[in-house]
Amino acid sequence: MATITLDGIGHAYGPARTEADYALKPLHHVWQQGRAYALLGPSGCGKTTLLNIISGLVTPSHGRLLFDGTDVTRLPTEQRNIAQVFQFPVIYDTMTVAENLGFPLRNRGVDRVTIAARVTEIATMLDLVPELGRRARGLTADAKQKISLGRGLVRADVAAVLFDEPLTVIDPAMKWELRSKLKAVHRALDLLMIYVTHDQTEALTFADLVVVMNEGRVLQIGTPAELFDTPAHTFVGYFIGSPGMNLLPAAIEGRRAVIDGQAVDLPAAYPAMSNIEIGIRPEFVTLAPAGGLPVRIDRIEDLGRRRLARVSLGAHRLVATVPPGYAPAGDHASVLFDPAQTHVFRNSERVQGVRA
Amino acid sequence: MKPLSNRAWFLVIPVMIFVLFSSVIPMMTVVNYSVQDSMGQNSFFWNGSEWFQHLFDPTTDIGGRFARALVRNLVFSGVVLAIEIPLGILIALSIPKRGWAVGAVLVAISLPMLIPWRVVGTIWQVFARGDIGLLGAALNGMGIPYNYTQDPVSAWCTIVVMDVWHWTAMVSLLCYAGLKAIPDAYYQAARIDGANRWSVFVNIELPKLRRVLIIAVLLRFMQSFMIYTEPSVVTGGGPGEATSFLSLDLVKIALGQVDLGNAAAMSIAYNLITLTLCWVFFTVMTQLDARADREQAA
Repeated sequence: MATITLDGIGHAYGPARTEADYALKPLHHVWQQGRAYALLGPSGCGKTTLLNIISGLVTPSHGRLLFDGTDVTRLPTEQRNIAQVFQFPVIYDTMTVAENLGFPLRNRGVDRVTIAARVTEIATMLDLVPELGRRARGLTADAKQKISLGRGLVRADVAAVLFDEPLTVIDPAMKWELRSKLKAVHRALDLLMIYVTHDQTEALTFADLVVVMNEGRVLQIGTPAELFDTPAHTFVGYFIGSPGMNLLPAAIEGRRAVIDGQAVDLPAAYPAMSNIEIGIRPEFVTLAPAGGLPVRIDRIEDLGRRRLARVSLGAHRLVATVPPGYAPAGDHASVLFDPAQTHVFRNSERVQGVRA
Repeated sequence: MKPLSNRAWFLVIPVMIFVLFSSVIPMMTVVNYSVQDSMGQNSFFWNGSEWFQHLFDPTTDIGGRFARALVRNLVFSGVVLAIEIPLGILIALSIPKRGWAVGAVLVAISLPMLIPWRVVGTIWQVFARGDIGLLGAALNGMGIPYNYTQDPVSAWCTIVVMDVWHWTAMVSLLCYAGLKAIPDAYYQAARIDGANRWSVFVNIELPKLRRVLIIAVLLRFMQSFMIYTEPSVVTGGGPGEATSFLSLDLVKIALGQVDLGNAAAMSIAYNLITLTLCWVFFTVMTQLDARADREQAA
């Protein structure tokens, strides 16, 4: 159990001359003991590098890593009390499930009685008791993944559990179950958990706090609701939510934004700026027969519980919600923006308006 | 129901004719010799199973030779496997995993395999000579009595070391391929679990190498059990009959003594023994593999 501090941690696999040479751009962050974090971002955004720095599989080229205030930057993996679950389940083929779970303790010279007690405890928590005597090889992928998790949890002194896209090879039906198991383990053990994924559903359901990364940079750290309601970066707006946020180039005129000559109300006043985009989630753009911005309907998608309209506003494409009971006639309609949910981004970063 | 047509067999006929001429007919000539006797002038008469009765009776001259050569073959294959498999794994573990050195090391260790058998024999015949050979002269110079033409122990050591030199690289290459196929996550997990180097080898690498090792053992057994060229060049089966393996003895009987009946019976027995041992090896090893898998299901 520990609080982990990243003190200017950055990593470049080669010499770092420019910003672009960093696989992970230097950052400061404190991972609080007992919380569940998700590192969310597309492939190659640096999230696995960050995870491997924490576990010690990669030594960062810049900065210091602190566990409860102690510098562990140069400490080898085996001395860090970190548990890590990998994308593909790692099990020791020739051992039984019980031997697999006890392996980290045996390597550390713990006595047999303690090992047996600890293995039973962890196996009970992970529903692995019926499997304990069986060979680990040939079990299903989700059982194997539980074993890898169990090997991490079995050590009483574990500082943090790291997950590197652990559900990639799990059947969709089992994913949900394993995810709730992870949540249950987190509640039961009061551990710091860091979960790397590119799947927003996994990130948002697992974590208290989600760290959104792109191109080696941390863009926003927040609760799922914060990421949804007030994305700090256009990437966060687009990446979180399904479908992502609509982004439209615009000009600012006080409390209004002008998109292709059409005015849209904003929640607050903004100073005049250049390189502006307006962002609004499809949930807050409503298709209506008239009264808003005129659009051409390209396609209606019926998702069962809701319908989405893909529409064109001049040269821009956006997604709008079709209200229940409204059947658009023809391919011309208009869209209404919810001013309270309209965001202004400058150079891709969110700008706070001045409320008057 | 699908209509059946036996005309499909016509498509197989060319292959069957090819196999007939390439293996079945030559084999049958040997079978033919093994049940007949000849007084020369190309006249043969029926001899039944007499050659085989002599062959499998160690009290007869030919039976004794056969039994002693068979024991030599088994000992040789056993010794060679016991050295080459562990040594091959050890070398595979020491080959670098990436960088320019990989190619250099792989080529360097593979060189002996690229040399023709007969040349390997000649190289060692000269290299091991007690008077002028680098190895033989050096050993004698150090006071170790070494002469492979007169001392059976020296002869055996020479043949075994030569085979190890010639073929260990094959085991190494197979194991190296097997090691490369192990995902990095296994090594990372082992580090996190605090496993030491030996534990990583026993619990990760060896189990993952099991399948390539089955192939390596099988190939090395077959090749070493059929060894002919190198000892025939280096020792010619001597001193005495110390290194007369089955194949060397067979050639002596067939071409030296032109004793076709005995030679034919012996080559059939030799062939069947090799086949049986390989089958046993393969079955036992794959059964162990399958049993490990079945244990899960049970």
